[in-house]
Amino acid sequence: MSEVPSLLQTRQSIRGNRLVVSCVSLLLALAVLSLVGPLVSSYSVDTIAFDQSFIAPTLEDGRLFGTDDLGRDLFVRTLKGTQITFLVAIVATLVSLVIGVLYGATAGYLGGKIDAVMMRAVDALYAMPFVFFVILLMVVFERSLFLIFVAIGAINWLDTARIVRGQTMSIKQRSFVDAARLTGVSSAGIIWRHIAPNLLGVVIVYITLTIPQVVLFESFLSFLGLGVQEPQTSLGALVSEGVSRMERAPWMLLFPASFLALLLLCLNFLGDGLRDMFDPKSHTG
Amino acid sequence: MLRFALLRILGAIPTLFVVIAAAFLLVHAAPGGPFDSERVLPPEIEKNIRAAYHLDEPLPQQFARYIKGVLQGDLGPSFSRREYTVSEIISDAWPVTFLLGAMGLIVALSFGIVFGLTAALRRNTVVDRLLSGLAMTGISVPVFVVAPVLVLLFAVHLGWLPASFSGGTGAGRFILPVIALALPQLAYIARLFRASMIEVMESDFIRAARAQGLRTVSIVRHHAMKPALLPLLSYLGPAIAAVLTGSVVVEQIFGIPGLGQHFVNGALNRDYTLVLGLVIFYAALIIALNLVVDLLYGFLDPRIRRQ
Repeated sequence: MSEVPSLLQTRQSIRGNRLVVSCVSLLLALAVLSLVGPLVSSYSVDTIAFDQSFIAPTLEDGRLFGTDDLGRDLFVRTLKGTQITFLVAIVATLVSLVIGVLYGATAGYLGGKIDAVMMRAVDALYAMPFVFFVILLMVVFERSLFLIFVAIGAINWLDTARIVRGQTMSIKQRSFVDAARLTGVSSAGIIWRHIAPNLLGVVIVYITLTIPQVVLFESFLSFLGLGVQEPQTSLGALVSEGVSRMERAPWMLLFPASFLALLLLCLNFLGDGLRDMFDPKSHTG
Repeated sequence: MLRFALLRILGAIPTLFVVIAAAFLLVHAAPGGPFDSERVLPPEIEKNIRAAYHLDEPLPQQFARYIKGVLQGDLGPSFSRREYTVSEIISDAWPVTFLLGAMGLIVALSFGIVFGLTAALRRNTVVDRLLSGLAMTGISVPVFVVAPVLVLLFAVHLGWLPASFSGGTGAGRFILPVIALALPQLAYIARLFRASMIEVMESDFIRAARAQGLRTVSIVRHHAMKPALLPLLSYLGPAIAAVLTGSVVVEQIFGIPGLGQHFVNGALNRDYTLVLGLVIFYAALIIALNLVVDLLYGFLDPRIRRQ
């Protein structure tokens, strides 16, 4: 039994690496396309032209993805939507990261009763139906990108906090932390300067695992009309418009939907591959 | 076991209370109330309306009144559909959502286990890779992309099934919504079960069974199945929450008159009381079902009880 798994593992890690590399390249290509495409195209994202509505995708006039019911160019809209989706993914993930790392590192570093209370709170929060709470937020407050960043970021930090706490507890027993404490560095200083940098590996894995969740949730909100609002658009909002017109103009659904699916597939494969590389035990096979 | 069950039930009560308090405060602390419409009402009428809905009382008193109502199953009037109370809307709508969710969960569990088992037993073969790739796709592609594509294919082009819930009768109208709702969970369960089955199949007691010359079929049936299923049980809680969330989208796409549709319409119309009531109802449902899963887990795995 002993030689076979190791051989298999090597082969799998190479395969995993190749998958990770191709996912990263595809994501970069999508990002570049979404930034450059709208600049190159001669159409704008929100110019309404009723005489141009429902043009099927064609190479003529650069209507690569066709137009929607209001005659807006779908190529530009899909790429602009991808931009917003990327933006929300990055900012909301950063928000969740800051909360998760600070919370987890504080609990893990301080330990004892404070740690117990803080982690009990996390356990209780796991049972909360956050999705419904975020929708409540969207009902009560003015819907804005800022609110979306904060709301989505604020619900995705629980896993990060748990993992970071565990890591912190093992890091704080290392001698350089003792040395810092003896020279009189405050707890906050030690967490920020000595513990946080050492959490980088784990944090990178959890960033890649959080991003697809954030993207999925943002597009879910936008699909329901509770996320990104006009004149801005996101892939979720475009899919929602596409669904309402899918019998008349299937391309309105298919292009944004494929972009979203491709994006999520890449992000999930990337997160999975990185987790296997950093922590082979977490996942069998 | 009884002590364990009592502790868990008591533990769920404060969680529910926090949910209600947080949701209530959020709605009542918000800028602009439900009556801030563009049209200006004469002050006396506005005063009367505020008094009728007890909005003139101080916040703690309103909260106490609301909690008392919730305990009696009264979630107040709906602001957008004035002829109904929130409780009436919920009691009308929940059976469809429940049916849809239960069917989705059953489909996801049964097919997920079959696919996961197949992949685990044929680990690292073409079949395994194909199933794992499909599972990843199922997890990645959102419900609101899967559902319309299913409608385009099976309803619009092939014409086999109705495109909307109200457009059909009988069981046929449930097929597409249930598939759309089940797919992501099915994929997730298949992955989870594959991983846990592989782990169990590599453990010592299975090797001992193999050494005795038992066939793989009977090893799986009599020895491996039970321990491999346990991790799935702890995923049931999140799965229930995910299915409820998914049903919001599925109901919207297929026009199913369930809780999700009222929730979205209430949210878009800024019907504060309806959305508040539904958040509380969803939360109570999720917390209660999680509790059931927890108790079941404690019942099946004695190690959990002792903690």
